[in-house]
Amino acid sequence: MSALATPAAITPNRPGLTGRLSDFLWKHPHVLLAILLGPPVLWLGIIYLGSLFALLLQSFFSIDDFSGLINYEFTLSTYKQLLSDANFDIIVRTITMAAVVTIFSALIAFPIAYYAARYAKGKWKAVFYLGIMLPLWSSYLVKIYAWKLILAKEGILTWAFAKLHLLWLLDAWLALPIIGGNSLSVSYTGTFLVFVYVWMPFMILPIQAALERVPGNLIEASSDLGGTPQQTFRHVLFPLALPGIVAGSIFTFSLTLGDYIIPQIVGSSRLFIGQAVYAQQGTAGNIPLAAAFTVVPIVIMGLYLWMAKRMGAFDAL
Amino acid sequence: MTAAVLFENVSRHFGAVKAVDAVDLEIAAGEFFAMLGPSGSGKTTCLRLMAGFEQPTGGHIEIFGETAEGVPPYRRSVNTVFQDYALFPHLSILDNVAYGLMVKGIGKDERRKAAEDALAMVKLPGYGQRRPGQLSGGQRQRVALARALVNKPKVLLLDEPLGALDLKLREQMQEELKSLQKSLGITFVFVTHDQGEALSMADRIAVFNDGKIQQLGTPEDIYKRPQTRFVADFVGSSNVLSSATCARLGVPAKAASLRPEAIAIGTSWAEQLSLPGTVTARSFLGATNRVSVDCAGEKIIVASPAAMPVPDIGAEVQLAFSRNDLHLMEEA
Amino acid sequence: MRSDRSASAPLGLKIAAIGGLLFLHIPILLIFLYAFTTEEKSYQFPPPGLTLQWFAVTWNRPDVWAALTLSVKVATIATAIALVLGTLCAAAVSQTRFFGRETISLLVILPIALPGIITGIALRSAFSMADIPFSFWTIVLGHATFCIVVVYNNAVARFRRVSGSLIEASMDLGADGFQTFRHIILPNIGTALLAGGMLAFALSFDEVIVTTFTGGQQSTLPIWMLEELIRPRQRPVTNVVAMVVMLVTFLPILAAYYLTRDGDQIAGAGK
Ligand SMILES: Nc1ncnc2c1ncn2[C@@H]1O[C@H](COP(=O)(O)OP(=O)(O)O)[C@@H](O)[C@H]1O
Ligand SMILES: [Mg+2]
Repeated sequence: MSALATPAAITPNRPGLTGRLSDFLWKHPHVLLAILLGPPVLWLGIIYLGSLFALLLQSFFSIDDFSGLINYEFTLSTYKQLLSDANFDIIVRTITMAAVVTIFSALIAFPIAYYAARYAKGKWKAVFYLGIMLPLWSSYLVKIYAWKLILAKEGILTWAFAKLHLLWLLDAWLALPIIGGNSLSVSYTGTFLVFVYVWMPFMILPIQAALERVPGNLIEASSDLGGTPQQTFRHVLFPLALPGIVAGSIFTFSLTLGDYIIPQIVGSSRLFIGQAVYAQQGTAGNIPLAAAFTVVPIVIMGLYLWMAKRMGAFDAL
Repeated sequence: MTAAVLFENVSRHFGAVKAVDAVDLEIAAGEFFAMLGPSGSGKTTCLRLMAGFEQPTGGHIEIFGETAEGVPPYRRSVNTVFQDYALFPHLSILDNVAYGLMVKGIGKDERRKAAEDALAMVKLPGYGQRRPGQLSGGQRQRVALARALVNKPKVLLLDEPLGALDLKLREQMQEELKSLQKSLGITFVFVTHDQGEALSMADRIAVFNDGKIQQLGTPEDIYKRPQTRFVADFVGSSNVLSSATCARLGVPAKAASLRPEAIAIGTSWAEQLSLPGTVTARSFLGATNRVSVDCAGEKIIVASPAAMPVPDIGAEVQLAFSRNDLHLMEEA
Repeated sequence: MRSDRSASAPLGLKIAAIGGLLFLHIPILLIFLYAFTTEEKSYQFPPPGLTLQWFAVTWNRPDVWAALTLSVKVATIATAIALVLGTLCAAAVSQTRFFGRETISLLVILPIALPGIITGIALRSAFSMADIPFSFWTIVLGHATFCIVVVYNNAVARFRRVSGSLIEASMDLGADGFQTFRHIILPNIGTALLAGGMLAFALSFDEVIVTTFTGGQQSTLPIWMLEELIRPRQRPVTNVVAMVVMLVTFLPILAAYYLTRDGDQIAGAGK
């Protein structure tokens, strides 16, 4: 230590630009904040929010029926068109599908999340985590493609039903109105299955996170007090997992609401909101109506998020 | 001789919170200086003003005669031992200790040697290759000390460094810190809320409350002659007599302090002051008996040597003490 | 939640949990099986025979190579942009206290929270309004926008653990802002950034909805897949491509998992 001379109380800054710049930024933390925040905020603010507002603005314009050009005058006529019977059907159909998909996702996700949170330990914990993460992150299109293979007439599902001598059951199901159809891959049942498959993993992790915060002895206390498993579930487990379920449902609901590829590839010819937006902006060239359609999921998700926030669901994200 | 640290009317306000309010302070070079006060009294903020993590909202700070306002922490020869130690988790112990020398551009061999010496100084020789996560709390604390001292700072700041240690370790570290400071001759500024620690280690103590210094003096001053009721209460050593009681003794004052061991029960000589009272409680504390006496509504604690007889609860007694032991206070 | 007493799960729960995981994984396994089928015209199960010939056929397809190259290029550049922007944003939000932090967090998350079609159509109409021709760069622009959040989330979580006192300790020991960034901040957030970058890459590599709106004539691998899904022409080649895409996205996810797992131990050790 003797090799080091005793320093002065205040040392000069490092020579060169970095030393001076460092001092300057230290003295002006607001400049530093602006440098840090500037690029991302400009990018998101201009490119993303700008586009979004421009789009929403267009929903207040209308399309000229004769020329097919946009008439840049403020009007609510596009919204009137949005609520016409045919379009309203699309909205109701999409919301119903999103709700059913969400409910079934929760039903399938809950046992997985519960097992992972309470019983999986050590290596199994990692297996469960990856077992959830890999399907969640793996390719969206390939997952849809996999279901095309499964649902095809000559595919594995028909084969399995045939092996079990249950083909009559499949046919009976397909004969049902609305949810049936010529084959599974052109029926609502098919669309529903793919939706659940693709979005359900998003439900598992929030539920697991919520359940992991429940002390294990709470559940034991309930059974010690003589609660049946059903009572324990209803009065202890379910209320505590609810914020997680709501948080997960934000994903399943929103993602189903806006999807247009799944119903296009697996499903009937009746449209969902996403397909309507796609058709309006593309072939129909009616940007105002397409914009008005996008307002529907935005408003629904806004309400949903507001409700979820009031239920404390964000803590489970 | 220039002061190591000089505060002239220094304030640090956070909005309406006056964390440090118009503080004047002069810490001499080579001194072991303690800042004592309850939680939230502004000790840490004072320390951060010295280190450069906070800038004063008013007043003037000097370190060894040089103006410190506007000088970033990395340009002050002042080092800190943080309350949570703040060791770098991704570096080995040796690299932690050598960090200050590394960023100053000192060569690898030289800083390695210096860091090993510093580790030996804090009694952790050969620990260099471990990671912070592999050390106990007491060992991490020593590493934090070595990491600061290896830079030969002109002032070493310690923010409640012993707070997280258990009692035995704490007493051992108190002695080691004291002797380190003596042998190195570096100015130590030590923050604590433990009056025993401050009294036993420091050359001088500043007692803080509400962002202000209540009293600044040697441990003996603080202990024997608390100047305000707050100091008397906080250091916990003295009775504070109200102005009414002072008047009955024939001493006009707003308040006065009186140490329990300066009071005798029963006998009184002519030159002594005396007060009548009733014993309300007593307890045996080994070398002394602690007796509570009610004197016309004012509770006075007496520390009576164990050899003396102890009056029963409810007994009427006379308290006697010398005028010299009664210290008048400026405020009530 | 700790399971302290009851070590094993009720049978019903076990079946439901394992059944759920199988539901998630069997379709993925099927993809691997179909890549080897000898059947060309339909999705017949079980495959009449197994062959490796489609790998050779796919290998020699220039359109697949072009799509793959484009996807990798887009994902690489979008990830690089997202890394810079996401890290800057995370640093600002976690290292300084300022009024609009919640708004910033919301702004970053919005592009992925809203359905992809909204992001896509908004960008598309903005590009055409501004007379920007659709190109490679418009795809990158869109992808970078929704990839920021992945990097941001990873970085914010780690920044929170690099406690403020580490940075103060570094400055206290004489390191200026740049030295502190290089020697303290970067090593501590490095693995989190790498993990965020991996996930961003996977996200971009797989993205199709926004790409359909922001791409011109170019087709990324997902766009190529989408066309095959709508109008199947090359079933065996599609099977092989599907398997390759699956593998290409698996690797970054696994890497990200191992990176953050180790990283958490490193960052947590100082506490
Ligand atoms: N960065 C800050 N922002 C707002 N208030 C602060 C800040 N730092 C300290 N304070 C306030 O200043 C007062 C003194 O704090 P501190 O110096 O930490 O006290 P001590 O170390 O004596 O416990 C406290 O009321 C605290 O809440
Ligand atoms: Mg403090």
